[in-house]
Amino acid sequence: MMNRNGNTYTFLYAAVMVVLVAAVLASVSIALKPRQKRNYEIEKKQSILASVNIETTAKTAEKIYAEKVVKEYLVNTKGEVIEGDAFNTDLKKERAKAPDKMALPVFECQTDDGIKYVLPVRGTGLWGPIWGFIALNNDMNTIYGATFDHEGETPGLGAEISTPAFQEPFKGKTIFDKSGKLISIIVAKAGQSAPAEHKVDAISGGTITSKGLQKMLFDDFTSYKAFLTKKKL
Amino acid sequence: MSDPLFSKKHLKLLTDPLNSSNPITVQVLGICSALAVTAQLKPAVVMALSVMAVLAFANVIISLLRNTIPNRIRIIVQLVVIAALVILVDQVLKAYVYDVSKQLSVFVGLIITNCILMGRLEAFALGNRPWPSFLDGIGNGAGYSVILIIVGFFRELFGSGTLWGFRIIPESWYITNGGFYANNGMMILPPMALIVIGIIIWVQRMRNRKLIEE
Repeated sequence: MMNRNGNTYTFLYAAVMVVLVAAVLASVSIALKPRQKRNYEIEKKQSILASVNIETTAKTAEKIYAEKVVKEYLVNTKGEVIEGDAFNTDLKKERAKAPDKMALPVFECQTDDGIKYVLPVRGTGLWGPIWGFIALNNDMNTIYGATFDHEGETPGLGAEISTPAFQEPFKGKTIFDKSGKLISIIVAKAGQSAPAEHKVDAISGGTITSKGLQKMLFDDFTSYKAFLTKKKL
Repeated sequence: MSDPLFSKKHLKLLTDPLNSSNPITVQVLGICSALAVTAQLKPAVVMALSVMAVLAFANVIISLLRNTIPNRIRIIVQLVVIAALVILVDQVLKAYVYDVSKQLSVFVGLIITNCILMGRLEAFALGNRPWPSFLDGIGNGAGYSVILIIVGFFRELFGSGTLWGFRIIPESWYITNGGFYANNGMMILPPMALIVIGIIIWVQRMRNRKLIEE
């Protein structure tokens, strides 16, 4: 056997170890990719349905989605419908583009209360990305439902954005004021004054996540503004 | 050498970390994750189980390799084994139990940096056979779990009034509903976890006088 403390042995050992580990991880990753992708898609469908208050399980999501979501399309920041695959559009990539190049997905869902327009939103929390889906009534102003999720916000604090307690108060809020100006939603602490029709309560201990969520909504509604205004008329 | 699988010596490997050599309260390792993930009971339990699994298998792998590892890069080898295991676990969870993997998300990275893992690999697995190393991994994982679960229990109960997400303290008790009770906001912040761990250390040393330093 070679000298275990020699340079040659050490280098060889490290090289073999790295190649082996890389090979194992790469093959596991490739083998599991299709299943993982399917899980992401199911989760996305569940989130879209949750924003129009339809509860699903991982098993039923695909079937209900096919029934309820009647139209998926992309719009640009001028509010025109453009070509493309709305469901698989990566919002992170779109957000990085110049405003006139962005392609923004819209999902139309058939519910018992008529057609709802579901808009995906994406922004930054404290530790990483946060995202969600906002369902609007056909006045393109009143929120019908909202759902949010996050990658790694602190449990019990910022992570509370994914709980019903935080999401429920969004229902019935409006994003434009009476003069038609875009206000979006203000995520406010107790005592902070804001018009009640645009205000939801922030999370105590989750200030940065709350602020990130407020900014996300404002930025994304701004991108959709032309579409919303056009559709309203 | 020819000890039976569950000899007295082997059982001690399992039970010692629960009390007299507890990784958190006696060796004061793995404090970072103990503060970060214990605001609620569920993530605390998921984290505890993941650490136990990764620790046991990393111990076995390092123990199997112990006579081949070049001394000068042994820490790097340990780290590669831990990191590879954690990524493997994460990938499998994402593919087969997606909702659990969502619970784990941020904690996966924390497992890699958990000093209990490096500590056990360095102190135990490098010098022992695979079976005792496996038991040592399970034992230390369990010792870590016990503390996490105790801290998570108190923090969720007094910080949010729930356990495992279920409401324990009735809504009608709260001041906002005309009652007399309010959640302790301090409980959900990490400093309170440190205080709770401090109290656990205090209680443990009261009961086990041998642990008190001269």
